[in-house]
Amino acid sequence: MQSIIDIKQLSYRYEKDVVLENINLSVEKGAFLAIVGPNGSGKSTLLKLVLGLLKLQKGEIYLFGQEINKFKNWDKIGYVSQKANSFNTGFPATVYEVVASGLTKKLGLLSFFKKEHSEKVLASLDAVGMKKFKDRNIGELSGGQQQRVFIARALVSEPELLILDEPTVGVDAENIKAFYEMLDVLNKNKAITLVMVTHDIGTVSDKVSHVACLNKHLHFHGLTNEFEQMRMEDLSSFYGHDVQMLTHHHEHGGM
Amino acid sequence: MIQGILHYEFLQNAFLTGMLIGILAPLLGVFIVVRRLSLIADALSHVTLAGIAASLLLERYVAALTGLNPLYMGMVFSVGGALFIEKLRGVYKHYQELAIPIILSGGIGLGVIFISLAKGFNTDLFSYLFGSVSAVSRTDLWVILVISIAVVLAVVLLYKELFLLSFDEEYAKASGIAAKSIHFIFIILVALVIAASMRIVGILLVSSLMTLPVAASIRIAKGFRQAIVLSVIFGEASVLGGLSLAYYVDLAPGGTIVMLSVLILILAIFYKKILVNKA
Repeated sequence: MQSIIDIKQLSYRYEKDVVLENINLSVEKGAFLAIVGPNGSGKSTLLKLVLGLLKLQKGEIYLFGQEINKFKNWDKIGYVSQKANSFNTGFPATVYEVVASGLTKKLGLLSFFKKEHSEKVLASLDAVGMKKFKDRNIGELSGGQQQRVFIARALVSEPELLILDEPTVGVDAENIKAFYEMLDVLNKNKAITLVMVTHDIGTVSDKVSHVACLNKHLHFHGLTNEFEQMRMEDLSSFYGHDVQMLTHHHEHGGM
Repeated sequence: MIQGILHYEFLQNAFLTGMLIGILAPLLGVFIVVRRLSLIADALSHVTLAGIAASLLLERYVAALTGLNPLYMGMVFSVGGALFIEKLRGVYKHYQELAIPIILSGGIGLGVIFISLAKGFNTDLFSYLFGSVSAVSRTDLWVILVISIAVVLAVVLLYKELFLLSFDEEYAKASGIAAKSIHFIFIILVALVIAASMRIVGILLVSSLMTLPVAASIRIAKGFRQAIVLSVIFGEASVLGGLSLAYYVDLAPGGTIVMLSVLILILAIFYKKILVNKA
């Protein structure tokens, strides 16, 4: 099996705070990996390093077998961020325009959209079930619908790897399940490798193939069923950091 | 008025320059507004003022510079201010908007010092503050024409990248787009357009041409392309309508242009309300 992502002895710190320490992780083609961990466990930092948004400090990252600093084929990687962070809901852009913007890098500088690109845009809107909304302004849609549009934007350049950072933040509960089912279809039918940071491991565990538990160190990385078995025993020690914080708050309240 | 335009060169200069500015300012304004950088135009126009004051001052003391078009020095200062804003936005990563008041007050401060050093200027300076149609020279027109071609060309060629950067900067960077260089080109163009616009509407009103037509268009536009087209139409209508009205009724052109764009904005807001009520 070909490794899509290979992370070796990766450490990262923000000034003095070590957020990732000695991470070794590899993702194989066709996998659907969920990265779970408490707040501040370095999940988003790990994604940002893989996406090249943060500079590598220590360790190595290989993408499609190539060292990240030399990697050029960024159009092979689609990215869906936590929507709440990164866009202005009043932005006057149609769903179609947003999805078409996913082709920017693939088309390259000084080139224009052509008819075949328009077909690609419509096809990826169709894949996420949003084709009928193509002429609506993005701000008029619900959180879940917007997130589908962002997946379509990531899909339009036909990536082999899709990276999602807590994609269900802002998606209402009843739509989360349908959302994960759509990801499942992309993973199985289109053979797209998925890496997703998530909080709701409960909902997603029957869809993902692998789970990685991160809290500065990589505590567990393996198949989903192995994760289910160890879950009961180890989860409390894994989340120990959060439990302590809760007690701390409680003490403050009592004072 | 048509007769007047055919006969008087200053009227030709004013109308043609106005038409160009009416395209340029809203065109770049759309990208500025959606990136929530509306005040950047204000900051840069005040830096431009410092440049113009510096030019008028130098003209007094350095014989070789007599007759130098103050527009050039205004542009140099404006571009310098733009670069400085970018630098400051990097320094204050968590307070990016802080760069704007720093540059704005710095620009005014410097301008006031230059003015006081020259012990006050003649009415020339006043015309830069509020715009003076009769002051537009043929050279100004040519300079602005060159800037217009550069801006339109850059926006057409970099449209995809500018759209993505404005919509979602993080995603743009993650997909490997040369965000820094493109933003750099953009901010230089903004600086040049601001310096160029001040002949028509004046330093104090330049930012209105970049923001008001856009504010009106994003109320009603479906999609980004439409927002751009509507902004340019509204901008052009304000400039041409304002200049004509000013000519017939003898009003200050800069102010008339701005008030017309305010009127268009109000109409757009009402139009949207009617649409929403109907639906």
